Amino acid sequence: MSYSVTIFILILPLTVFVLNGLLSNKLSHRLAGWLATGSMGIATVLAWLTAYNYFFQSSSYEKLIPFQITWLRFTETLQIDMGILLDPISVMMLVVITTVSLMVFLYSMGYMQGEKGFIRYFSFLSLFSFSMLGLVVATNLFQLYMFWELVGVSSYLLIGYYYDKPEAVAAAKKAFIVTRFADFGFLVGILLLSYYTGTFDFTKITNPENAAIAGMTGISFMGLSVLTLALTLIFMGGAGKSAMFPLHIWLPDAMEGPTPVSALIHAATMVVAGVFLVARMFPVFSFHAPEALDAVAFIGAFTLLFAAIIACTQTDIKRILAFSTMSQIGYMMLALGVSGYGSEGLGFTASMFHLFTHAFFKALLFLGAGSIIHALHKNDIREMGNLRKHQPITHIVFLIACLAIAGIPPFAGFFSKDEILSAAFASNPIYFGIAALAAGLTAFYMFRLYFLVFWGNERTYEHSPHESPVLMLIPMIVLAIGSIFTGFIPFGNFVSSDSQPLQAHLNVTVAIISVMMAILGITVAWIFYKKESLLPEKISNMSGALYHTVVRKFYIDEIYLFITRKIIFNLISRPIAWFDRHIIDAFMDFTATATNWVSKEIKGLQSGQLQHYGYIFLSGVILIVLVMIFTNT
Amino acid sequence: MGVSELLLMRHEWALVAAVLLLLIFEIALPENGKKKINFIAAILVATATIIGFLPAEQGTLFGGMYITDPLRQLMKNILNIGVVLIFLQSVHWLSQDLYKDRSSEFYMLILASLIGVNYMISSGHFLMFYLGLELTTIPIAALASYEQFKSKSAEAGIKLILSSAFSSAILLFGLSVIYANTGSLYFEGFKFSNSLINVLGFIFFFSGLAFKISIVPFHLWTADVYEGSPTNVTSYLSVISKGSAIFILVIVLFTLFNSIQLLWQDVLYATAILTMTIGNLFAIRQQNLKRFLAFSSIAQAGFIMLGVINASALGMATVIYFIVVYVFSNLAAFGVIQTVGHASGKVTIDDYNGLYKTNPQLSLVMMLALFSLAGIPPLAGFFGKFFLFTAVAESGFYVLLMIAVLNTVISLYYYLLVVKAMFINSQENPIAPFKSDYAMRISLVICVAGILVTGFYSPVFEYIKNLCETF
Repeated sequence: MSYSVTIFILILPLTVFVLNGLLSNKLSHRLAGWLATGSMGIATVLAWLTAYNYFFQSSSYEKLIPFQITWLRFTETLQIDMGILLDPISVMMLVVITTVSLMVFLYSMGYMQGEKGFIRYFSFLSLFSFSMLGLVVATNLFQLYMFWELVGVSSYLLIGYYYDKPEAVAAAKKAFIVTRFADFGFLVGILLLSYYTGTFDFTKITNPENAAIAGMTGISFMGLSVLTLALTLIFMGGAGKSAMFPLHIWLPDAMEGPTPVSALIHAATMVVAGVFLVARMFPVFSFHAPEALDAVAFIGAFTLLFAAIIACTQTDIKRILAFSTMSQIGYMMLALGVSGYGSEGLGFTASMFHLFTHAFFKALLFLGAGSIIHALHKNDIREMGNLRKHQPITHIVFLIACLAIAGIPPFAGFFSKDEILSAAFASNPIYFGIAALAAGLTAFYMFRLYFLVFWGNERTYEHSPHESPVLMLIPMIVLAIGSIFTGFIPFGNFVSSDSQPLQAHLNVTVAIISVMMAILGITVAWIFYKKESLLPEKISNMSGALYHTVVRKFYIDEIYLFITRKIIFNLISRPIAWFDRHIIDAFMDFTATATNWVSKEIKGLQSGQLQHYGYIFLSGVILIVLVMIFTNT
Repeated sequence: MGVSELLLMRHEWALVAAVLLLLIFEIALPENGKKKINFIAAILVATATIIGFLPAEQGTLFGGMYITDPLRQLMKNILNIGVVLIFLQSVHWLSQDLYKDRSSEFYMLILASLIGVNYMISSGHFLMFYLGLELTTIPIAALASYEQFKSKSAEAGIKLILSSAFSSAILLFGLSVIYANTGSLYFEGFKFSNSLINVLGFIFFFSGLAFKISIVPFHLWTADVYEGSPTNVTSYLSVISKGSAIFILVIVLFTLFNSIQLLWQDVLYATAILTMTIGNLFAIRQQNLKRFLAFSSIAQAGFIMLGVINASALGMATVIYFIVVYVFSNLAAFGVIQTVGHASGKVTIDDYNGLYKTNPQLSLVMMLALFSLAGIPPLAGFFGKFFLFTAVAESGFYVLLMIAVLNTVISLYYYLLVVKAMFINSQENPIAPFKSDYAMRISLVICVAGILVTGFYSPVFEYIKNLCETF
C-alpha cells in the first residue's frame, strides 16, 4: 500500500459533510447516519493500515510527504502548500482521531436517534473529523492554522447544536470568541515566525540546523528574543484550544453540546490540538526558546492543579469531566514543558503517550456519562444513585475508565501518568509535587463521581432507568478494552522527540508514590460517598468561603465579565463606537452619496443614440492619440 | 500539405465539420424530429471541444498566416467550453414552438462565429486577424436580432452591426498606417518603432480591438446590445467574444508591440481606470439584470486590463486564469437569468425579491456566481482578482491598484444588491417555483463546479503560468 491513500482519510469525511449537508432533506436518517459511520470506518481502516506500514514496515521513522500541492504562491520562497505530512506523531494522531471518531459516530447513531437535526449533526461531525485530520497532517503552519480555524468552526456549530436553547447558543459563542482571542496570538506568532524565516514549512522550521531560525534568537524585542516571543504567541493559540488557564473558561460551558460531541471534540481530539501544536514545534522550542518551554510547563502545571481542585466540588457530571480534561491536558503540557530533546526526551514521549491513552478513557467516560444522561435525562450527580443495578454494563466500563484515569495499574492511565511523573521528577521537585498531588485529587473526584452515581441510595426516577441500546454499548466496550490494554504499548519505541527509539523504564519510586496517592484519593472518596454521609457537607461548611470560591471556579468567569463589561465596554468600546458611527461612517456615507450622485449625473452619456456613440468613440480615439503624442515626444 | 500539418488546424476543422454536419441534420431530420437538433448541436460542439483537448504539436501553416502553440490551443479550449455551456443553456429556449423551426440557424451562426474566434487567436498575419474578427462579429449581429418580433432585438442587431462597422473602419485605418510604416503584415519578423505616425496607427488599431472588449470610451454599444439580444447571444458576446478579443490583445501587445510597451501601458493605465469606474458607476443604477451584467462585464474588462498592463508571463497567466473564472461565473449568472426569464418573463432586480423562498437552488447558484464575480474568497473569482492585483503590484502601479481595490468595493455593493433581493427582500408575488430543464441544470452544475474547483485547486493556475512562461 502506498502512503498516498492517506488522502482518502481526509476526503471521505469531507465528502460525507458535503453530501449530508446538501441532501439533508432528501436522505433518510438511517442512510445518512450509516453513510457517515461507514466512511469513517473506511477512514479508520486506512489510518490503521498507514500506522502499521509506517511503524512496522519501515526501519526509520522519517518525515514523509506523500501528497502536496502549492496552493498560493506569494514570492518564490514564501508559498502556502496543502499536503500531508506523515511522522510518528501525525500517524499516531490519525489513528486516535479516526478510531475515537468511529466510536463516537456509532454511539451517536443510538444516542441521537429521533433528533430533528440528525443529518445536520452527522454532517457537522464529519466536518469536524475532516478538519481535525487535516490539522494533524498539515505540512506547514498555515495549513495547520486553516484547519485549526475549521476545527473551531465545527466545534462552534456542534456546541450550538441545540440552537433553540439559549445556554447552548451562549456557550457556542463563548467558545468561539475565547478561542478566537487565543488564535489571534497564534496568527501573530505565525506571521512573526514566517517573516523572519521566510517559510511556513514544518520540515524547514523544525530542522534544528536551520540558520534562519537560529538567526531569530539574535533579534530581540522588549528584552525577549523574537523567536521566544513568536513561540509564546503560538503557544497562546494552543493554550486557547486546549483550555489552559486563563483561557479555559469556554470548556465547561461547551458541555451544552450533545454528549458524544463532548466525547469526541472536548475530550479526545480537539482540545489536545494545543498539545499537538507544541509537540509539532517541539524542536524549535527545545533548541532555541527554552524560556517559552518553561512557560508551557508552568501553565500546564498550574492548570493541572487548578482544574483538579475545581473538579472536586462540581455537581454536573459533564462539567466534572470537563475540568478533569483540563487537568489531564495540564499533565500533557507539563510533560512537554519539562522535556529535553533526544535521549532526554522522556517528557515528550510521556506527553504523547498520555494523549493517546487519555483519548480512550476520557472518551469512554464521556460516552458513559452520555449513557447515564440518555437514561435519566438529567446531569446533576446529586440526583443519581445506585445506577449499577439499572445499567450494569455502563457501570463496568465506567469503572474501568475511572481506574484508568486514576492511574491504578495495570490500566492504561497508570503507565502514561507514571512516565509524566518520572519526567517531572527528573526536572523539578515542585512540578513533581504538583503532579503527584493532582494524581490524588484525580482519583478522588473521579471516584466521588463514581460512588455517587453508581452506589448510594436508590432514587426515585420519573421512569425507571434502563441500559442503553447495543449501538451505544459497543463503542463503550471497545474503548474500555483500549483503556485496559493501550498502556502496555512500548510507546517510546514509536514516538519520541527525535524519532529514535527511547527506552522508558518504570521508575519504581515514582510508581509507588503515584499509586499510593491514587489509592488515598479513592479511599477518601469511598469513605465520603459510598454511603450517604454528612461528612462531605461538614467539611465544606468548615472551609466556608474557600469552598465557595472553588465551587464558583475561583470566580474566573466573573472576573472576565467584569473586565469585558465594565472596563472594556465602557471605557474603550463605547468611545470607539461613537467615533466609528459619527466620523468613519459619516465619511463612508459621504463617499456613497457622492458615488451615487456621480452615477446619476453621468447617466446622460448612455443616450441610446448610435450617432452619439460614434461621436464619443471617435473623440476617445483622438483624445488618446493627442495625449500620447504629447506625453511621448 | 501533409496530414500532420492539417492536424495542426484541428480546432478549426472540428468546428467546420460540426457546422456542416448540423446543416446535413437540418435537412435530413424529419419535421417532427427538429427538437433533436438541440442535442445534436451540443454533442457536436462537445466533441469538437474534446478534440481540441487532445495533445498537439505547435507550428505554423500557410507561410506564417496561421500559428498554433499550446497556449493558443488552451485559449481556444477555454472558449470552446464556454460555447458548450451556452449551447446547453439554449436547449430549452430553442425547443419552444416559436423557434424550433430555425433553431439550427442559431447553432450554425454561433459556430461560425466561434470559427472566427479560433482563426483570430491563431492568426499570424494582420489580414487573417481581421478576417477572424469580422467572422466573429457578423454572425452575432444577425443573432442579436434573432427574436425578430421584438423591436429591442432588432435594435440590438442594427446597433451592433453599425457600431462594429464603425470600429472596423477605425481598426483597418490603423492597420493601413502600420502597413505603410512597416511594409509587412506578417506577425513573424514584425518590427515596430516608436514614431509619431506609428503611435497613431497603433492607437487606431487598439481602439478597434478595445471596442470588442468594451473598454471605455468604446463601450457605449454594450448595454443596448446586451439588453436587446436574446440572453444566450448576450452571454456569448460577454464571455466568448470578449474573451477572445482579450486573448488576441494580450498576444498582440506582448509579441508585436513590445517595443512600445511603455506607450501602451500608459494607454491601458488610463483606460483601465476609466473602464472600471464608469462600468461600476453605471452598474449601480441598473434595474434590468441584463443591462446590469453588461455594465458589470465592462467593469470586469477594466480589471482584466490590470493583468495585461503587467506585460510579462505572470500578467498573461493572470489574465487567462481570470477569463477561465469569468467564463464559469458569468455563464452561471446568465444561465439563471435566462431560465428565470423563460419561466416567468421577469428580468429586473426587483422581480427577484424573495427568489430564495421559491427557488432556493437557483438563488444559491446565482449567489455563488455573483460572489465569484465580486471576488469573495474562497471562490475562484477571489483568486482571479487576487492574482490580477499581484500582477499590477509587481509592475509597481500602486495608484492603479488602489483605484482597482476601491472599485472592487463599489462592485461588491451592487452584486450584493441582487443577492439581498433574492435572500432578504420579499414581495407579495414572488416568482413561482419552477423546475429548470435538464440541459440547463447540467450547465449550471458545471459552472458551479468550475467556480469552486478553479478556486480551490491551485494547479490550474500553475499550469497556465507554466504555459505562459514557455510562450
